[in-house]
Amino acid sequence: MKTMRTLRRLLAVVALVPTFAFAAGEHVHLDQAPINKTDIASLQRGAKLFVNYCLTCHSAKFMRYNRLMDIGISEQQIKDNLMFTADKVGEHMTVAMDAKDAKQWFGAAPPDLSVIARARGADWLYTYLRTFYRDDSRPTGWNNVVFPNVGMPHVLWELQGQQELEPAKAEEGEHGGEHAAAHEGPTLKLAEPGKLEPKEYDAAVADLVNYLVFQAEPARAKRVQIGILTLLFLGVLLVFAYALKKEYWKDVH
Amino acid sequence: MSKTAALLQWIDDRFPLTSTWKAHLSEYYAPKNFNFWYYFGSLALMVLVIQILSGIFLTMHYKPDANQAFGSVEYIMRDVPWGWLVRYIHSTGASMFFVVVYLHMFRGLIYGSFRKPRELTWIFGMLIYLCMMAEAFFGYLLPWGQMSYWGAQVIVNLFGAIPFVGPDIAIWIRGDYVVSDATLNRFFAFHVIAIPLVLLGLVAAHIVALHEVGSNNPDGIEIKKKKDPKTGIPLDGIPFHPYYTVKDIVGVVVFLMVFTVIVFFIPNMGGYFLEDNNFFPADPMKTPPHIAPVWYFTPYYAMLRAVPAMFSSQFPGVIVMGAAVLIFFALPWLDRGRVKSIRYRGPKFKVAIAAFVVSFFILGWLGVNPTDFLGKVGSSDLELATLLARVFTIIYFLFFLLMPWYTSSDREKPEPERVTG
Repeated sequence: MKTMRTLRRLLAVVALVPTFAFAAGEHVHLDQAPINKTDIASLQRGAKLFVNYCLTCHSAKFMRYNRLMDIGISEQQIKDNLMFTADKVGEHMTVAMDAKDAKQWFGAAPPDLSVIARARGADWLYTYLRTFYRDDSRPTGWNNVVFPNVGMPHVLWELQGQQELEPAKAEEGEHGGEHAAAHEGPTLKLAEPGKLEPKEYDAAVADLVNYLVFQAEPARAKRVQIGILTLLFLGVLLVFAYALKKEYWKDVH
Repeated sequence: MSKTAALLQWIDDRFPLTSTWKAHLSEYYAPKNFNFWYYFGSLALMVLVIQILSGIFLTMHYKPDANQAFGSVEYIMRDVPWGWLVRYIHSTGASMFFVVVYLHMFRGLIYGSFRKPRELTWIFGMLIYLCMMAEAFFGYLLPWGQMSYWGAQVIVNLFGAIPFVGPDIAIWIRGDYVVSDATLNRFFAFHVIAIPLVLLGLVAAHIVALHEVGSNNPDGIEIKKKKDPKTGIPLDGIPFHPYYTVKDIVGVVVFLMVFTVIVFFIPNMGGYFLEDNNFFPADPMKTPPHIAPVWYFTPYYAMLRAVPAMFSSQFPGVIVMGAAVLIFFALPWLDRGRVKSIRYRGPKFKVAIAAFVVSFFILGWLGVNPTDFLGKVGSSDLELATLLARVFTIIYFLFFLLMPWYTSSDREKPEPERVTG
């Protein structure tokens, strides 16, 4: 009974008092994601990266494989190249990994990525995926500038290579990177190059983010098209509505 | 008699069709000098219809279940034909309803539409506003995102701050110790049937009361005082239909163009109509660092945060927030001015209403942001945003509380005999 009351009071306090602390890393400078939402080739490259690198741990459980036809990939291509676990193209992008296991392995279950681009924003994702660095104090051996102490290891390290925090900044302590980043931008240096040149890697991440933006709202392209038509229709209607009003109001003095 | 006329007669013998049409449209005489501000009444009615229609279609696909709600919204966005459109219409409509109603209320303030003999019209209108707030609050939980969840948690806990009975009331509202599936189900019931029923009844009462006394106008004078001696029709009145129906259609089309731009090109409205954080599914274990209500509640939210806790209770803040809304009801009896319209009011009223509008906007802006976003005042511990919120909360209330004095002592201009321009 007493614990119940304490719990209730605690809940009330927690929910009532607006907390003033920022999410870790919120003040980190975010690079603008250089994405073009109508670049079909970029979206397709992004989709390929997504199913190869992300879809092993992260699901996109509201996204159906056949929705990739919206970005110009044929049903056969989806079946042959992009579906590793599903049987039918109409299926959702789910993963076999159990959420409980995942929590044990990474400290947190990998979030579903269906609408991650709407929650985080493209710039956050673009910066996040480019600011992993080696950190032997972390269980995975990786840390991140915009998401300090993230549970996710650097899955794209083979492509990017291995970055390290500049030693001088690292001495500032655990939050050195975050602190430095807030003032001077990321102070990461490439210690060991990967398969891609830094510029190529940035472009690949941009493709991936572009795809994530598409995946977060597949109806976007159609929405914009119909919006233009609707506006045109209303524009014409306005002319007639105004003429009608003028006609009736002639005799009001 | 033609067949249609015979049919109409048959109906009129059994139901007041023609007389109702005449009383409320073709022989309802509205002042001929309505300006821009008079579009927002009919627009509010239209947005209500838009919300009901789009809401019906959303209800067909939405699942009020904590495990399925977030997914069912995404299902609507992706798999339901035109579901994305219906959803964006509904989410945009929610915010635009408040935009239109705030402008409608402002019109009432500047032209004295709340004054005698329209007190009941004003009171029904305020009850509609309260219903809209409840409707918006219940509806906001349904997408079951992080802001839905924690916003509901915060608001329900406001009731928990009531001394002695508060915690029990909060549990009674939630149906659980925390916001949960039980809460979602009952909020769904309130959102789709209970509140809309009350809302429709109040809208009908609002219009009936208005049509009983007749519409006010930008000059704030009563057109019924000057009638044609032969016909008994107000000299400055014109039949609502067809004159204002055709005029309001123009307003509707312009409004729909704005609406269209938002729905199709910027449905998030920069995070103000659909908050980014609400695309994270609700997680009872993870409190977001910054919980902000949707923009239309933020002036009141800023007031809530501005009031310091007393005896470690947030109850004083809750009282202030509630009073800020309820004080509108007293407006017809606080205003002692001899004229109604701002056109003939004196400088004191104009300064007061300007200060009120500025306070409302600044409080809204403060409520959107965390309280530390402007830093501290000098070297003290007081946050600048909190200080500003306190100052503007006081100005907000002074607009009402000092009204009997500044309106009765104001240097007003004489009203015209007949409506102008």
